[in-house]
Amino acid sequence: MERKTKINAEDGKQELTITREFDLPLELLFKAYVEPGIVEQWMGTKVLKLENKKHGGYQFETTDPKGNKHGFNGVIHEFTPNEKITRTFEMENTPFGVQLEFLTFESLTDDTSKLTMHVVYRSAATRDQILQLPFAQGINMAHNRLEEIVNKLN
Amino acid sequence: MNLRRDVFQAIADPTRRTILLLVASQTMTAGAIASNFDTARPTVSKHLQILTECALLEQTQTGREIYYHINAKNMKEVADFIEPFRQMWDDRFNKLETIMKKYTSKK
Repeated sequence: MERKTKINAEDGKQELTITREFDLPLELLFKAYVEPGIVEQWMGTKVLKLENKKHGGYQFETTDPKGNKHGFNGVIHEFTPNEKITRTFEMENTPFGVQLEFLTFESLTDDTSKLTMHVVYRSAATRDQILQLPFAQGINMAHNRLEEIVNKLN
Repeated sequence: MNLRRDVFQAIADPTRRTILLLVASQTMTAGAIASNFDTARPTVSKHLQILTECALLEQTQTGREIYYHINAKNMKEVADFIEPFRQMWDDRFNKLETIMKKYTSKK
C-alpha cells in the first residue's frame, strides 16, 4: 500500500511536518478534529474537554494497557473552520514540555483533502526524543513478545 | 584501543534494549539507569560500556555526574527511527478516514 502519511524531519531542526491526504471531503476531515466523540474514536483517547475557539482549551486522557492514565492538554490559539487550527500540545508528567502545532486543512478535490501538521518543539533534542518514543515502545513490545514466546517454549 | 563492537550484537540483549528504551525518553545517570534493574550495578555498567563502545549511547559529563543519552545518528543505522512514529500517525489517520467514511454513509 502507498504510504499516505509523510513525515519530514530534517536533521538538527526543532520542528517537523506531518502530511496526509484523505479520501474525504474537507468538511468531514475537519469534523473529525472538532467532534469530541469522533476524536475519541480515532485518537483512542477520552476527551475531557474540547473548546474549539480562540482562547479555548482541550484535555485528553488515555489509559494504557496497564491501566495507567496519561493526560494531554493544550490551548487553542486560532480556530478557522475547514482551514486551520493553531494550538499547543503537552504530554503531562513527561520532560518534553509544550509543543506548538499548526494544523492546515485543504481541499484537493470534492472528495479528497489534505492535512499538514507543522509541529515546533522547544529544541532539536526534544524533537528527536519524541520522534524516538514509538520506536522505543516498539523495542519494548518486541521484547515482551519474544519473552512470551520463549516462556511458552519452556 | 577499543574495538568498535557490533551494533546488532549490542541490541540483541534484552537488558541493553531496555536501557536504550529508558534513555530514549530522557538523559540519565548510570545510577538512575541501574535503579531500574535487579541486576548488580557492575553488570549494568558493563552493558552501558558496550552500548557506549558501539556508539549507541553517548556520555556527557555534568559536574561529577556522567549522563547517558541516545546517539540518534547511530540508532538510525539499526532502524529507521522515524518509521514507527510515521506508522503511529498513519494508523490514527487510517482510523479517522474509516470512521468518517462511515459517518457519510450514515447520513
